[in-house]
Amino acid sequence: MAIEYTIDQRLDCQGLNCPLPVIKTKKAIERMAIGQVLEMVSTDPGSKPDMAAWAKSTGHELLDVKEGPGVFTFYIRKAK
Amino acid sequence: MTTQELDQMVAAQVKELAEHRLEEMVREQVKAALEAEGRKATRPKRVAIVASKGTLDTAYPPLILATTAAALDMEVGVFFTFFGLHILKKKALDHLKFVPVANPAMPMPMPNLLGALPGMTGLATLMMKQTIKHKHIASIPELMEIAQESGVKLWPCQMTMDMMDIKPADLIDGLEAPVGAATFLEFASHADITLYV
Repeated sequence: MAIEYTIDQRLDCQGLNCPLPVIKTKKAIERMAIGQVLEMVSTDPGSKPDMAAWAKSTGHELLDVKEGPGVFTFYIRKAK
Repeated sequence: MTTQELDQMVAAQVKELAEHRLEEMVREQVKAALEAEGRKATRPKRVAIVASKGTLDTAYPPLILATTAAALDMEVGVFFTFFGLHILKKKALDHLKFVPVANPAMPMPMPNLLGALPGMTGLATLMMKQTIKHKHIASIPELMEIAQESGVKLWPCQMTMDMMDIKPADLIDGLEAPVGAATFLEFASHADITLYV
């Protein structure tokens, strides 16, 4: 499936555990402009439900989650 | 006009007035409730946490929840009281201990008597710190730094400072001024989530 949005920023959270992927994502998003897309890669299985909860709570848009073997890639659009 | 007619007229008027007043009161109440809901919807969610224990393992939950809540755009305050205040000491922050005694959930179960032997707390702490590092889990000083960066309010308990003879200079920088129970409770009374660790 082709990605229909451009990635403005990449963040590598591989190897990091809860709550660091969420906290680093929040920090990265803070430095971006509204409408820009962040790609975050993590290996923490907990980040899958947690990133969804984070997006729900903050209002940023979780565009897509791709799951590879032991790797999760999140696409987030800064909403505000 | 007969007395009976007069009575009926008065009763009808009273009824009308009462209904009118009731309607007014309901309208006022509904308006106030809607305004309160509106305020609730526009302000950020608030989390109030009490940290009352000072070991390595018990320092994690309040700090992980506080930093994550801040990342979720929530407003967070942590009240460090009794042994929880230990976490805020300059000399303790990076040297909290993990105590194996009376902990049936130890990764390697050991009898209490063994856990109480000299050196066992040091050994258990060392092992836990190695696991933390190996699994890339944030350290306590790291979480404290994130908490401060993300605007988490960190309150030392004034009474504990007096009781344990802890001076402001003994505590790490970047804390709120020491406060008592009333300040925390006032903050917590407007909280959506309140936790005691």
